[in-house]
Amino acid sequence: MNHFPGTWGRPRDDVYGPYDSSYLQTTGPKTHTQSPAVTGTSVIAVKFKGGVAIAADNLASYGSLARFTDVKRLRKFGDAAVIGFSGDVSDMQYIDRLLESIDIRENYSAHGNQLNAKNLHTYLSKVLYKRRSDFNPLWNHILVAGFDSEKKPFLSSADLLGTTFSAPHLATGFGAHLAIPILRRLFPEERSIEEISKEEAVSALKDCLKVLWYRDARSMDKYSLALITQDGIEVHEDQQIEAQNWAFAESIKGYGAQTV
Amino acid sequence: MTSLLSHNPHTNSIGYSFAQPTNAGNTEHSYTDNGGSVLGITGKDFAVLAGDTRSTSGYNINSRYVPKVFKIGGEDETGKDAHILLSVVGFAADGLALKERLDAVVKMYKYQHGKPMGVRACAQRLSTILYQKRFFPYYVQAILAGLDEEGKGALYGYDPVGSYEREQCRSAGAASSLIMPFLDNQVNLKNQYIPGSGEGHALAARKPEPMSRETVEQLVRDAFTSAVERHIEVGDGLQMLVITANGIEEIYHPLKKD
Repeated sequence: MNHFPGTWGRPRDDVYGPYDSSYLQTTGPKTHTQSPAVTGTSVIAVKFKGGVAIAADNLASYGSLARFTDVKRLRKFGDAAVIGFSGDVSDMQYIDRLLESIDIRENYSAHGNQLNAKNLHTYLSKVLYKRRSDFNPLWNHILVAGFDSEKKPFLSSADLLGTTFSAPHLATGFGAHLAIPILRRLFPEERSIEEISKEEAVSALKDCLKVLWYRDARSMDKYSLALITQDGIEVHEDQQIEAQNWAFAESIKGYGAQTV
Repeated sequence: MTSLLSHNPHTNSIGYSFAQPTNAGNTEHSYTDNGGSVLGITGKDFAVLAGDTRSTSGYNINSRYVPKVFKIGGEDETGKDAHILLSVVGFAADGLALKERLDAVVKMYKYQHGKPMGVRACAQRLSTILYQKRFFPYYVQAILAGLDEEGKGALYGYDPVGSYEREQCRSAGAASSLIMPFLDNQVNLKNQYIPGSGEGHALAARKPEPMSRETVEQLVRDAFTSAVERHIEVGDGLQMLVITANGIEEIYHPLKKD
């Protein structure tokens, strides 16, 4: 006899092996969505004079497998906002259905108010925070681009923990490491958003996508880019990264110190 | 016999009549630390609550302007007519959720009782809110500031599960271990003695006296410029909110962005 009452009357572990208690009732919630499965990589976005530009590639990876090569990760919400998703694709589709139903409900409602990008961001961040608090997170990091109630360009981020922040340029995932330094150099804080043209913003995003394509193993060279201005939303899907130059690859040997 | 004694009480092999907890509900992945620091000091008829505006995750800077100090119980988004300040540092999503809950509570109090909630009552309520989540805490260090019943500056410091205490000054967050000793010395005059007042135990300690607003603001700026030098999660900007009988004043100072 030992001092573990739970072992009394059970087959001895040292004779019969560990007791299989899997048939007993389990405690705690289900664990199906405790890790992402099919994922999208970075989303990048930048504010410019009179609007916001946002871009993401068209790849959905299953681990290291490039599983789906035609996935649109930028979603329009009415003509108020564009939401860029990185992370789990099925959770993205769930959030998209959620947004669809809100859009329909809002359009049928009598109050006549239009949800703007800021409202949407608040809503989505609360959905994400609620789900993480239920230990059942939606495995996404999203960027919301559009306008606030004062018609000023709006860009903000929300992640699977419900953390939110906003800045003149934002990037999720690998883009936070590779694209943000490029954007911060091109558009330093001293430079007001009013000095940044639409064309400049688009070309900056294209440069960032190219760097990501060169260095992020879970990226691809087909992408979508959306422009949100007061005139409306333009979404360009099935874009191709142009002027690729892989000559640099030849010179990379080992970790940098190697010359032969 | 030895095999029975070598039982590890934490493995499934014991065979309790209930299954061992799975890793679901594991709070390990439910939190992140967004860095930053906050600091509060009280005076005779005012209180100052300040925080840096950097938001980090790991070695990344998320944004250079995410405020950590909030007005509580104000009329609208601008926080007009607020009379209480709250700063939260730690996990920013929990911080924001906590701020919104306290804000709602203070507003409801005003609508139900027809008078603004006192800072002492608000301090107790905040402790209760934090303790309600004792087993899945708001991962934040909070500081509450306002003016008490006599119009004196009031400051309350909290731990994540609701233990609280009224203090003259308090620093919290990433660089609190750098700032708090500075405040002990400069605000509460710890380890400061009057020269020539005696030998050994007879040496008289300097007594802390209420400080002027200018002195306090300068102390806050000094504390943060020093913290920025030595802590990578602190920087970008300093947001300082000063509460007096005339209302709340907001002051912004740039800090180093490196």
